[in-house]
Amino acid sequence: MRFSDTTRLLTSKVEPLGDMTRLLRRAHLDYPLLGGLLLICGFGLFVLYSAVSENMDLWLQQCVRLAAAIAALFIAAQFPPDVMRRWTPWAYLLGLALLGLVLLLGDVGQGAQRWLDLGIRFQPSEIMKLAVPMMAAWYLHDRPFPPGLGHILFVAVIILVPTALIAVQPDLGTALLIAAAGILVIILAGMSIRLILLLFLMSIPGALVMWNFVMQDYQKQRVLTLLDPDSDPLGAGYNIIQSKIAIGSGGLFGKGWTNGSQAQLEFLPERDTDFIFAVMAEELGLLGVLSLLGLYIFVVGRGLFIAIQARDSYTRLVAGSISLTFFVYVFVNTAMVTGLVPVVGIPLPLVSFGGTSMVTLMAGFGILMSIHTHRKLLPH
Amino acid sequence: MSRGARTKEQTARRFAGRATLVLVFFALVAMSLVGRAVQLQVLNTEFLTREADARHLRVEKIAAHRGSIMDRNGEPLAISTPVDSVWANPKELAAAVDEVPELARALGVDSQLLMRRVTRSMDKEFLYLKRHLPPDKAHAVMSLKIPGVNIQREYRRYYPAGEVVGHLVGFTNIDDVGQEELELAYNHWLGGESGAKRVLKDRLGRSVEDVASIRPPRHGKDLRASIDLRLQYLAYRSLKAAIQRHDAESGSIVILDVNTGEVLAMANQPTYNPNDRSQYSAERYRNRAITDIFEPGSSIKPLVVAAALESGQYRAASFVETSPGFVIVGPKRIEDKKNLGRINLTTVLSRSSNVGATKIAMSLQPDQLWTTMTALGFGSLTSSGFPGESAGLLTHYNHWQQISQATLAYGYGISVTPLQMAQAYAALGSRGLLRPVSLVRIEQPKEAQSVLSANTAEAITRMMEEVVRPGGTGTKAAIDGYRVAGKTGTAWKFAAGGYSEDEYLSIFAGLVPASDPKLAAIVVIDEPTGDLYYGSDVAAPVFAEVMADSLRLLAVSPDALPPRDAGSTLQAMSQ
Repeated sequence: MRFSDTTRLLTSKVEPLGDMTRLLRRAHLDYPLLGGLLLICGFGLFVLYSAVSENMDLWLQQCVRLAAAIAALFIAAQFPPDVMRRWTPWAYLLGLALLGLVLLLGDVGQGAQRWLDLGIRFQPSEIMKLAVPMMAAWYLHDRPFPPGLGHILFVAVIILVPTALIAVQPDLGTALLIAAAGILVIILAGMSIRLILLLFLMSIPGALVMWNFVMQDYQKQRVLTLLDPDSDPLGAGYNIIQSKIAIGSGGLFGKGWTNGSQAQLEFLPERDTDFIFAVMAEELGLLGVLSLLGLYIFVVGRGLFIAIQARDSYTRLVAGSISLTFFVYVFVNTAMVTGLVPVVGIPLPLVSFGGTSMVTLMAGFGILMSIHTHRKLLPH
Repeated sequence: MSRGARTKEQTARRFAGRATLVLVFFALVAMSLVGRAVQLQVLNTEFLTREADARHLRVEKIAAHRGSIMDRNGEPLAISTPVDSVWANPKELAAAVDEVPELARALGVDSQLLMRRVTRSMDKEFLYLKRHLPPDKAHAVMSLKIPGVNIQREYRRYYPAGEVVGHLVGFTNIDDVGQEELELAYNHWLGGESGAKRVLKDRLGRSVEDVASIRPPRHGKDLRASIDLRLQYLAYRSLKAAIQRHDAESGSIVILDVNTGEVLAMANQPTYNPNDRSQYSAERYRNRAITDIFEPGSSIKPLVVAAALESGQYRAASFVETSPGFVIVGPKRIEDKKNLGRINLTTVLSRSSNVGATKIAMSLQPDQLWTTMTALGFGSLTSSGFPGESAGLLTHYNHWQQISQATLAYGYGISVTPLQMAQAYAALGSRGLLRPVSLVRIEQPKEAQSVLSANTAEAITRMMEEVVRPGGTGTKAAIDGYRVAGKTGTAWKFAAGGYSEDEYLSIFAGLVPASDPKLAAIVVIDEPTGDLYYGSDVAAPVFAEVMADSLRLLAVSPDALPPRDAGSTLQAMSQ
């Protein structure tokens, strides 16, 4: 695909593409975004088949989850943006209530209280991944661009309350992602660059407070391990060392699908979930890494294009935040696996084995598609 | 355009500007990821590839199997069969404590004991859990898939002939290294050299896949022993029966092929079964025929007479005066059972006259006697190459006193092994040629050394035939249809403080068939109890029994068919 073609896809108005396009328009689907997502999912299934050691049962499970996620995308795309906007505060409040419930009577799994069993077992924090940026956008919808300091502080509270509730579960990874989604809304809303830099400088003492009062020992250990993985090669540093070896030994073209020695001989931990990127990098090499990153960037780029094309502040902010948060997911996971940031339990979106977060992600892209395909129906 | 619309337009433009700014920032972040990927996958790829290989590529041993030992006709004496030894990395096994009882059950060992062994070896990475399991059992253990548990292919020795050949073949230790006898003497020949291969190992150290062969294993070479298993079995059976019959302490039989020097049979009692390691004790697995020395008593007399003939001072027809039935040498009185008077050399042997032998020996130059004895192989190791062989004891004539020369004549003051004695008799049977003994089958007879003149050797053989004929001391060694040449011996055992009065060694050494000797053999029975203890009564019948069957098995033509008239021979032939 030539660059000009890519550009055309990113900015495509998709008018001249015939019956298929009309069908997709009627279903409120965006053809370039859907194509990019499906390519990532296909690539993910391809890699996952190797990562689960060719276990068909697990692989089919993932296919079923993926189907559910695509269904969520399709459903989300049918809701017009102004309906979503009206529902936003209620969804946010419902999410807060559920988070409170989790702390009171949630199931404990793997040392953390994250799950809620209301007929179906789910993590209420998933709702907040979409509800927080939507709520922030809802608040800033009618405010001037850029918003005043008072408005920013109010949005900060909107973000901080659920973030804190999730952080004490404790689920620091998700809390940070949700905070990032909200903060991206503020930044996209035009918060002054000077203020951003000031906050960044202030975050340094804030980090010290976090280190001393908020972070758990295992989280501190992860940071220390990042700085010097060889200090404990069999313990905390094991994951990062094995992962770096897997990626590096893949070289330019990789060792071949299902032939990664680090992955297939079980040296690599969590190879079907958090560390699946290392499996891919080992078996498919730099070529695979660049292909996958390229697909991700294409999806994010199309998302931002949709945001810029959007007709009002609410949809712009929501679309921009969802696209960029998706990239934050990708970055945090790949940076963790390549040893750039501490180990945070965040899966590689659409590729890692596992369900709930994939449904939320796809629902988010459904919202993007709704925003893009309902533009003409919106009253100006 | 309305003011509201303009504001909207402005907001959209500002948003686009802000979005672009954020996009640039994210592009930089993406670039850092790509940079990191390039750093790992292009710049550091060599180092990290080596690191990966170091984790999963291992060099593993390929066991080589040991060569078989067969008898001269190809009957298996020692063979190797594949077995699997189960081992574990204690650190990993300890992590799966719950599975230890199941593992112990599969291995057939005590669970508590196994757990203790594992915890004791926590600082090691290798611990044998059970050696030499049959492959199907080992695979049953592996199918439990317990972390840290592995198998290693090894070979275990089986000895199909069991205790019949125990003393010849010996045995290997659990690591398949020869420990005794042929297994030890030919360890280098039999033992293979293990090969090496590169294998893929997973995180738990299990071999997943062979990648490449570095060096193929060099399997051990087969060994053809000189033994004839059939003769060995005869010797074993007769000796065992004799030991039981006479309630004796121990005993040995050696049978040599006169024409090649090959050991055709070599049996001892007590013996052991090399398949059963619990029977291993020096008392049982000592190959007495080569490790133990004895004073040969009268069985040495033919060799003394041979020395006399070699000296030229005596001829086959010479006489010796043995009256009055005893002779005094220094402080010692040497006597015969009765006064035999003036007797020829044949009678000295056939009646086993101590006085006659002493007088002959005393009349010889010490160096003459010593040289002949040395040439016959006494006082030095044979060429058997057997580990633990004894050279016996023959004092140099410079250190001889008069009495030494006298007692040597009837076999005291000299110590020999049964194998040495058989070798010396074989030289008598092969017209004076001493052939190096061999425990492995030889295609081309080794170069023999002439130690006696052919005339001497043949004369002595004729004389020894008289020992077995009526009137001689060895009549119980006679075999129907064959002429036998031999000599009895009965020796007091040397015990602390002097010669014992009631502990004897019964000996018979001889050659068959006497007209053209094929086999030389010696039977030694140590400490027979009961009324019978003379070599003539204890050892001679065993000799006859083993030799009779051996000659028939080897299809040696009889050289002493009972005299029949021509008619009855014809009748026999026509039947």
